[in-house]
This record gives sequence, C-alpha cells and structure tokens, in this order.
Amino acid sequence: MDRIPKIPLAEWTDNFIAYLQSNFGASTQAFAEGLEGFIKGLQGLLIAAPAELILIIIVLLAWRLAGKKMAVFSVLGLFFIYNLGLWSVTMETIAMVISAVLLCMLIGIPLGILGAKNNTAHRIIMPILDFMQTLPAFVYLLPAIPFFGLGVVPGVITTIIFAMPPVIRLTDLGLKQVPEELIELGKSFGSTFWQMLVKIELPLARSTMLAGINQCIMLSLSMVVIASMIGAKGLGGIVWRAIQTLNMGTGFEAGVAIVIIAIILDRITQNLGTKK
Amino acid sequence: MIEVKNLTKIYGHNTDAALAMLKKGVPNQEIKDKTKQVVGVRDASFTVENGETFVIMGLSGSGKSTLLRCINRLIKASAGQILIDGVDVLTMAPKELEELRKRKMAMVFQRFALLPHRNILDNVAYGLEVQGVKIEERQAKAREVIEMVGLSGWEDSYPENLSGGMQQRVGIARALATEPDILLMDEPFSALDPLIRQDMQDELIDIQEKLQKTIIFITHDLDEALKIGDHIALMKDGEIVQIGSPEDILLSPASDYVARFVENVNRSLALTAASVMVRPRYVVHPKDGPRTSLNFMEKHGLSTLFVLDRTGKLKGYISAEDAAELAAKGIKDLADIIQDDMPTTNPNTPLADLLDVMAYTKVPIAVIDEDQRLQGTLVRGSVIAGLAGGRGGINNG
Repeated sequence: MDRIPKIPLAEWTDNFIAYLQSNFGASTQAFAEGLEGFIKGLQGLLIAAPAELILIIIVLLAWRLAGKKMAVFSVLGLFFIYNLGLWSVTMETIAMVISAVLLCMLIGIPLGILGAKNNTAHRIIMPILDFMQTLPAFVYLLPAIPFFGLGVVPGVITTIIFAMPPVIRLTDLGLKQVPEELIELGKSFGSTFWQMLVKIELPLARSTMLAGINQCIMLSLSMVVIASMIGAKGLGGIVWRAIQTLNMGTGFEAGVAIVIIAIILDRITQNLGTKK
Repeated sequence: MIEVKNLTKIYGHNTDAALAMLKKGVPNQEIKDKTKQVVGVRDASFTVENGETFVIMGLSGSGKSTLLRCINRLIKASAGQILIDGVDVLTMAPKELEELRKRKMAMVFQRFALLPHRNILDNVAYGLEVQGVKIEERQAKAREVIEMVGLSGWEDSYPENLSGGMQQRVGIARALATEPDILLMDEPFSALDPLIRQDMQDELIDIQEKLQKTIIFITHDLDEALKIGDHIALMKDGEIVQIGSPEDILLSPASDYVARFVENVNRSLALTAASVMVRPRYVVHPKDGPRTSLNFMEKHGLSTLFVLDRTGKLKGYISAEDAAELAAKGIKDLADIIQDDMPTTNPNTPLADLLDVMAYTKVPIAVIDEDQRLQGTLVRGSVIAGLAGGRGGINNG
C-alpha cells in the first residue's frame, strides 16, 4: 500500500481554487458586491428602525403563528436582549439569516422542483447535497475568503451552502408525496405543466416545504454564528471575541441571546405549515 | 362514439418481444416468465355508443383501471387504437391531447381526488379554471352543477368537512362542470357505504337520463354493473371475456368464469318480468264456459285462470271455486265471475320491484304490454328459478 504515491488531492484542490479565482474572480467579485449591498442595507434598516417597532412586529407574528405563550416569551426575550445591550448585533445576525434564507429559497426551491421532476437531475443533485451537508463547514469557510474577502458576504455564502440542502430535499420530497390520484386529476383535466405545479403540486407540498425552510432557518442561524470566524460579525462576533479573550461572561450573554432568537424563529416558522 | 380496437398495454422497458409473443397467443404468465414484461391489458376491443353507460367490470388486477386510463392516455397503451369520434387518442400530439382532456372528457376518481387546499366551489371550478374561463363565469357554472348534485350551501366548505358521499358528489360535479361528452368513472362508488352507494347509483342514473353523457364506468361489483350498465364488459387477466347487456351476461354467460361470477349476484336487479315470465298457455275466453275451464284447471293443477277476449286482451281471471259454483247453477257465460283485481306489470319491470307483490298475491302477476295483451304470467316457481340462476322460465310453464 505504501508503494503507491500519495494522491495529491490537496494540490489539486489548491489548483482548482486558483483556477476558479483567476477565471471567475471578477464575476464572483461583482456578485459579492451586490450581495454585500443587500445585506448591509437590510442590516442598516433593522438597526435604524426603532426597536419598539421590530419588537411589535415579531411579537405579533409570534402571537398569530405560535400562540399567546410564545408572544409573551418573545416580549420578555427581546427585552432581555435589548437590556443586555445586544440589540444592534442581534439585528445584524437576523439580517444575515434573512438574506441567507431568502437566497436558499430562491435557489433551493427551483432545484427541488427540478429534482422531483427529472430523475437525472435528482441523481446528480442528491449526492451533492450529501457532500454539502457532511463536509465540515470550516473546510469551505476558508476557500470563501479568496473569492469574497473577509466579512459578511463569505459568511452568508457559506451559510447558504450549509443551510440550503433541506430546502432542496424537502421541496423534492414534498412534490413526490403528492398523491398519485391528484396528479391524475390534474392531467385528466388537461392541466399544463405550470398549472399542475402552481395549482396542485406546490400547494400540496407546502407544509413539507415549510418544514424544510424551518430547518434552513435554524441551520442558517447556527452557521451565521460560526461564520463570525471569517468576519461576519453579529452575535457570533461577540462569542468569537469572547473565546479569544477568555471573556466568559460576555460570551455567555451573547450565547443566551442566540438561544432566544433561535427559539423565537423556530416556533414562528414551525407553525407556518399547519396554518391554512 | 368511442371505439377501442385491439388495445394492449404491456408494462416494462422492452415491450416489443412481449408484444410479438402476445400476438402469437402466448399466455400472460409465459410472457412474464420469458420477457419480465407484465401484460396489463390484452387485445381489448369494444365500442361505446353516444349516450350509453358502458361498464367495465372485473376483480382487482384484471386490468380494468389500466384500460380506463388508456382512454384518456394517463397510461399510454402499447398497441391498438382508441378512436374518439374517429380520431385516434394514441397518436395525438401533446397539445391535442390536452385539448381533448380539457373539453371532451372528464374523470371521476375512486378516492374522490379533491384538492384539500381548495373549497368546494373552487374544486368544482378546477376544470374551467384550467381552460382559462374567467372567474365569475366559472364560479357561476360551478354553482349550477353543485346545485345539480344537491350540495347547495356547501360551496365555501373544504373537502375534509364533507362525508365520503358528499365528496364524491363534488367529484361528479367537477366532472360535469366542463360539460364533457365523455365521463370516465373509476370505481366512483367503491369507497362508499353500501346504502350511500345505492343512493349515488340512483342519482347517477337520474343525472344520466337528463344529460345523456357517454359514460365508461369501472366497477368490481356486479350488482352495480347490472344496475347502471347499458352494456357490460367483463375482464379477466387483462382480457375482455364477455361483452353484452346485463341480461346477456346473466342469462348466457360466455364461459365458466363468467358463470361463476354471476352465481352470487342479486339477479333481481337485472332480470325483468319478461325474462322469467311463463308463457300464457292456459287461458280461456269468456265463451268457453265454466265446465271447460274447470277441466282445464284440474288437468293442469291450477286454481285460477286468466281470461282473454278475442283480441288477446286481458279481461281478468276466474277461480276454480267460482267456476264450480257457476257450473252447478248451469250458467254458461263466465262474465259474472271474472275478477279483475289481479296484479299487473309491464315486461320491462325489474324483478326487484315485483318481489313484494309476489309475496302477497294469491293470483299470478299478469305481464301485459301497452295494448293490455297478456304476454305472460309470473308464478312463484319461475321467479324463484330465475333468481336461483336457472335459465328463466320461458317455456316450462
């Protein structure tokens, strides 16, 4: 076994990334700038908006979608975060999560539809998703830097890679679970491909797809925190700095804020699928 | 008119070899063993006339649902032709096929296939929506058919709030909303309770009388087939083993398989008075007189006799006691003792409707045509023989 020379996978990877960078660097740069504008804009908006307004919006959402108890929890939780002085970093984190989730849906839902409709596409997409989900996040956290630099953009991009698989998978699954008789119904009345999709398949796949989006939100939140290592800031940034300076108290405060946001986001989006 | 010619469906990836074997008459099982291809429908041919209800019946796995789905090409047949008003469905371009499904035919499903995210009104309007009909227009039409199936007031409810029977009414309304010529019904009442099933069958018959659609109806229930079918095709192992009217199937089964199938059926639904009546061989005319009548009755062991006038019209009946009394008095004319309170029926009445009368009458039921002429009589023996599966009682009275 030892006689076989080491397969130079590391060199290949380096070469491949260098190749991508020299050939696609310009376009990724343009994309990164656009994305950065969007994220920064959203962050600015959330930070500039009065905290009371955002609190009211979140509490109303929690009340409508998750019930009274959750509304009370949201009031207390958000007030606690504000009190700790973590409000604007929390908004930074939420803006990143929203950006990542929107992009995940924008890319993931069409890919999920493609996978459900086309067997070849399905066979290509699924192993890539396995790869995306099992590859340790740190491994692609670093290559993101040469393409997108340090900051929120590589953070959000790596978050998208990490959080998109459930959107694709559950869109694909939801569409495949539509009962055969309802597919026959659509066809037997002469529905076109788009009519089938919009009037029958997507509405019936809705709750499964929303479960995927809920997972995507939770994964995004966890990844946005990790992405602070490459300068994504937000609540994760506080935690990262606290680790480096062994400042356990502030680290714990930011950690609690992350948990509160996670619970609120989870409960609100969990119930989306069950409402008519 | 729908003409299905030599329709064959073989499931599998390599159907050519299987098709060639099938043409040579190799049995399904052997084809499966040798080519791994499964025969779904085997060389089926039949014609459905406009406005008739054509029932395809068979047990599960007999290929009846596959055959139905070949007609609107939900399943693409491997060989043969399906001509709808002369145009072959199998060779249609995708757009033509879509158009055919939109305008000309509609399907009703076994498990109703209602869209859970739409209310009843929008479920019924689905076909029109697909056609691109404007919202006011399609909702007005939907309301109209909802009323026809007796569901007015439920327009805003969701399918989950309706019972099975009501859900299938919605399914039927949806199929009628596009005003198709052809209805494909895939075991529409199989999932319903027996009592509701019967109501729905009766209603389908009513609707059909009004609208005169061409219906292809799938069922595994022979009673249902006999009740609603103008013609019935019986399928076994993908093949049609007999096509005929309900009475043909009951009275002259083409094979042992069909015979065994019809053995346990409720024959009273399909048999009519005409098919079990006894020819009126023993009748008298008023001028025959009581003595002749009495002799006749004694000789053949009868207690009553029908009396006809010269043109064969039924005048009534006489009993043996009355005739004996009359004879004792020496009166020659029967006119005084003719009674006319016997039950009568026309030849097309289903036996099911007559069993009640049969149970209480002392006199045989007289089967008469529109001109009051006696066509036959129904006596208990022949009715029971008919119900039991004997070949009617036409000549053994």
